[in-house]
Amino acid sequence: MTDAAPSARHPGAALRMLAILRDLVRRPSGAVGLTLVLGHALLALLSPWLVPHDVTAVSALSMLGQPDALHWLGTDHLGRDIFSRVLMGGREAIWITGIATPLAVMWGGLVGIWFGLVGGRTDDVLMRIVDAFLALPWILKMLVLIVTFGTGDLVLIPTLAFFYGIPVIRIARAATHDVVARDYVQAARARGHRRLDIIVRELLPNVRDALLVEGAMRWSWMLLAFSSLSFLGFGVSPPTPDWGLMIADARGFMSFAPWGVLGPVIALSSLIIGINLTADALARTLGIDRAQKAPV
Amino acid sequence: MLRMLFRRLALGGLTVFLVSVIIFAGVEMLPGDACTAYLEREAQGQRLENCRRDFGLDQPAHARYLDWASGAIQGDFGSNVAGTRDIATLVGDRLKNSLMLGGLSMLVGVPLALVLGVIAGLTRDRLPDLTISTLAIFAMTIPEFVTATVLILVFSIWLNWVPGIVLTGASAPALDYFPEILLPMAVFTLVMCAHILRTVRSSVIEVLGSDYVQMATLKGVPRGQIVRRHVLPNALLPVINVVALTVAWLLGGVVVIETVFNFPGLGRLMVESIAMRDLPTVQAIALIVATIYVGVNLTADMLTMLANPRLRTLHTRRP
Amino acid sequence: MSSTGILDIRDLTVGFTGRDGRGRAVLRNVDMQVSPGESLGLVGESGSGKSTLALAAMGYFKRGLRVMGGSVRFEGQDLLALPPTALQAIRGHALALIPQNSGQALTPSMRIGAQLDEALRLHSPLAAERRAARVVELLEQVRLPEPQSMARRYPHELSGGQQQRAAIAMALAGEPRALLLDEPTTGLDVTTQAHVLELLRDLARERGMAMVYVSHDLGAIARVCDRVTVMYAGEVVQSGPVRAALRDPAHPYARGLLASIPRLHDTGLPRALDGRPPAPGETGAACAFAPRCMLAEPRCIAARPALQPDGSGGLVRCLRADETDVRPVIAAAAPRERAALTDEAALTIDDLAIRYRQTGLVARLMGQDPGPATVSDVTLTLRRGETLGLVGESGSGKSTILKSLAGLLAPARGRITVAGGVALPGAVETRSPDQLRRVQLIFQNPDDSLNPRHTIGDILAQPLRLYFGLEGEALRARSAELLERVRLGAHYLDRLPSQLSGGEKQRVAIARAFAARPDLVLCDEVTSALDVSVQAAVLDLLDELRAENGTSFVFVSHDLAVVRALSDRVAVLYLGRLCEIGPAEALFANPAHPYTEVLLGAVLEPDPDTAPVLLARDVTEGAPPARGCPFQRRCPRKPGSICETDQPPVQDLGNGHVLSCHIPVQTGALQ
Repeated sequence: MTDAAPSARHPGAALRMLAILRDLVRRPSGAVGLTLVLGHALLALLSPWLVPHDVTAVSALSMLGQPDALHWLGTDHLGRDIFSRVLMGGREAIWITGIATPLAVMWGGLVGIWFGLVGGRTDDVLMRIVDAFLALPWILKMLVLIVTFGTGDLVLIPTLAFFYGIPVIRIARAATHDVVARDYVQAARARGHRRLDIIVRELLPNVRDALLVEGAMRWSWMLLAFSSLSFLGFGVSPPTPDWGLMIADARGFMSFAPWGVLGPVIALSSLIIGINLTADALARTLGIDRAQKAPV
Repeated sequence: MLRMLFRRLALGGLTVFLVSVIIFAGVEMLPGDACTAYLEREAQGQRLENCRRDFGLDQPAHARYLDWASGAIQGDFGSNVAGTRDIATLVGDRLKNSLMLGGLSMLVGVPLALVLGVIAGLTRDRLPDLTISTLAIFAMTIPEFVTATVLILVFSIWLNWVPGIVLTGASAPALDYFPEILLPMAVFTLVMCAHILRTVRSSVIEVLGSDYVQMATLKGVPRGQIVRRHVLPNALLPVINVVALTVAWLLGGVVVIETVFNFPGLGRLMVESIAMRDLPTVQAIALIVATIYVGVNLTADMLTMLANPRLRTLHTRRP
Repeated sequence: MSSTGILDIRDLTVGFTGRDGRGRAVLRNVDMQVSPGESLGLVGESGSGKSTLALAAMGYFKRGLRVMGGSVRFEGQDLLALPPTALQAIRGHALALIPQNSGQALTPSMRIGAQLDEALRLHSPLAAERRAARVVELLEQVRLPEPQSMARRYPHELSGGQQQRAAIAMALAGEPRALLLDEPTTGLDVTTQAHVLELLRDLARERGMAMVYVSHDLGAIARVCDRVTVMYAGEVVQSGPVRAALRDPAHPYARGLLASIPRLHDTGLPRALDGRPPAPGETGAACAFAPRCMLAEPRCIAARPALQPDGSGGLVRCLRADETDVRPVIAAAAPRERAALTDEAALTIDDLAIRYRQTGLVARLMGQDPGPATVSDVTLTLRRGETLGLVGESGSGKSTILKSLAGLLAPARGRITVAGGVALPGAVETRSPDQLRRVQLIFQNPDDSLNPRHTIGDILAQPLRLYFGLEGEALRARSAELLERVRLGAHYLDRLPSQLSGGEKQRVAIARAFAARPDLVLCDEVTSALDVSVQAAVLDLLDELRAENGTSFVFVSHDLAVVRALSDRVAVLYLGRLCEIGPAEALFANPAHPYTEVLLGAVLEPDPDTAPVLLARDVTEGAPPARGCPFQRRCPRKPGSICETDQPPVQDLGNGHVLSCHIPVQTGALQ
């Protein structure tokens, strides 16, 4: 009991997270979504020990083979086992976006909160710059950087985190505006707390929910962007298995070997739908209207 | 209100200006320039300097920016890196095609979204809503290239109803694109429709819970009339902006769709130009796309202003 | 009672299904009968089910609620069994509703005229061309100025009072025989409220309409109703003629409720009703009021009492109703301790002016006139241990002055000095920690002023850490002590605000302010979000803390009776200008400024034998006139054109009673 006040808050926060989680899995969309997401995460972690075949083993003998007992989802145009490649195909995407998403939400969130609190001219100018960045399609921004600097993790993670943090600024700023008008922030101002104190104590706990939902959505869009880049041939470089790339490769043989696209299509879709269902359920649990938000 | 209008216009102009600066600065910051791209391995020594002088690349950055920006305002983007084609005409054809694809999809997608969204909102948590909302989540979240691939597989390969790929050239007349344009349109429409209908749905639900809808009910207004006169005018107002944002967002998505279907639009040109490091063309496309984005949002703001009595009559606030 | 009447609700039980799947009743076995032309008041605090009952009378239930038993009959037809089309034909026609918040109940996208026209089209035989004339006629009947142009306006272009009148006009469109009014004057200014009530009274009399008037405001009920039904926890606890119900109520709850209302002509604090009403589903088979009742005995808890005759023509749900007039039902309030009379000034405001928005750079460069300031020429002093009440209608600048004192809004001109002659800098950022500590602010709505993510312990720790550097055990001990001081107890430390009732939350906010050991506490409408019975307890607490600590209060409220109960001195503001300031007794007994007279005249007392005196039009003015007296346009005693040209002179009536008016006051007349 020596340090009672700080320790008293943690059980509260933890209990709240537990309550949210319980509420989340009670909703059908939350339960399905969370299962899909956790399943994918688990698979991404364990797949190197689960795959029945070497994902890069080329075989001229079994090109574009039909599904059979040996190759459950058939083989691709280089004779590689599609099932193994599907199991492994999400690792790169999940790992890169899994790091870039929290980074994006953090930097965008902090900048947004700061400018939402400061307001005035600085805020006006910042919002114009944010608008200008948003006016350029994401794919253009990404492609230019990738073509110039390559597709290593060290390029992709900061690039994704930077560009996907910009729309977060908007959301965090709007959420902050809602909170700043509340009397408890005014009360803290009137007591004479420093600005940083107000941000950490009064604003962050209340903007956190909006950022949490935003983070889930950012993640799904980032995955979408990542796999679109791979599909276009600007993402993961072969022979590393990746769903986007696999779909692009298999597309050319779709008329006589359609099973090639089905595996990666289902894998990618189920992950993104899982994330979105979770985000939806989370938004409802936290009382945030997600549909009102534009996808920028 | 006129003041507000001018303010919005000025802000829009400012945004376009900032975009142009970002584009220019972004390209400046990339290693290499048009001459290194053009000369490739021979880009060194005297040849490089000559080339730079010829293209005016030895000028300071702000002078080159002014030169580029003033050209862009007059619709002159110079020629591409290879020096073979005038960018304005190259981009013009592609822009026309992309606008046709986007415009036709909107023509189908927006009304469809409104109808489905209103139905879902009115039947909240019942079967029609659950069906529509679930389908919307699928349409919205699955990547465009996946949807496209599946549609091609089903409608082109298995059923053989429509061609799965566009073979018509970039400068063909509009009618030549039928029926090839149908599948790309379908993908475009699906994604757009899903986003918009979700907003419509939640907006309708919000308005249905409002005090004034309860009041109208207690005034004895029949259900149909409540929806028509009290719900829709208020529920559809915020949708205008979301339509704009969705359209603007799809300016990015169109790249993927056009590539999948081999559609000769602006998006595919963009990918090709980037791959070939044709930076002048990339700059031109970026500026055009950004201007469209700003323009669409500006239009939406103004439409909202016109449609919303609260904003329209701002000057007569208090009696 | 046997006559069925125009509206006849019998044994109605309405509820919702809780998370645990059990049904929870919001209304329990409610009977309500209204005869043609009769006006019934429905009284109760928040959560008593009165609004649900009013809507149920139209056969309408909010989403999630369902009927669990009983019937609702209007002119013999069972509204609960009617098909939708038949219901539509009755609603808005023979039975109309006037909603609580017309600003939200009028469709924002439709002009006022169109909304009235819609009602006429549905419920009157008039042809389209006759309806336009009828719309104007209706707007005229509700005494709206310029009815032609009103019809063309959108709801947001009307003031709150005008919106309410438009809603009344809409209800009248169908020529109803019965009118349901759901808190129709809540949220309106006192003068506007009085005018709207007079209008409703006149209309009901003229047309012989029956009325069901739902309100928490017994003053309004006393003015409009013939009979009163008192609701508590979803039940009718008392019902009877208005005079008996308000003079000598038989039910302990009704008695307590009545005692907790501050009166304009009473000195001293109202008495508080302790405890809180049960939540839906919380009441078992006992009397719902038993836990708060001083008369409760074992048989009250054994079974729910039935409604029985109270001997004065009404019904009461209490086993000991015949004893309530001889025994106290609630604890007596302590008499208010007067402020210790020292001459030490706790607050001096000298020539304060506040401007809301700084004019834009462009406007300033173009030499545009910024117009009169929001608040101007405010000069006053407050002694240590005194409470100053600031009163005025919305837009009077009372909250603005408070914000400026708190440093949230830097003044454009003037000096603010606190105890010891310390001048306070304008903005909060420029004040020293000690200056900040001395002035504390309590807000209107504790839901908004307590961070929902912090525990009560966290909330109290903030000023304690900031001003006194307390940590660890000392911090917790002091927090617990503060909670005890506001009668809450240390076990609240780990709770979240959402787990507290409104009154408890406001106590935490008070404890937070007193944690700083302030010299001056600023209270911004601190009781207006609370129910009356809770309000009385909070007022009592505030006054106790003031007396104990020698703190000075600036107390802002739109409720004159509340200000009367708590204040030593009162300042009356109109459009940001000081009209009159003086000792509370002198000012309430002999108001000298015409605006003070207007305000006091409009106050409704919970007594059917009093009537408001309406002296001025209820116009909402946006900005003060450029020159002369701020009240010149509404003044009922305007002496002449001098009011439009000259600043009113300051007249000192002695004993600190100061007036700003052109009308000369004979000091002798005041004695």
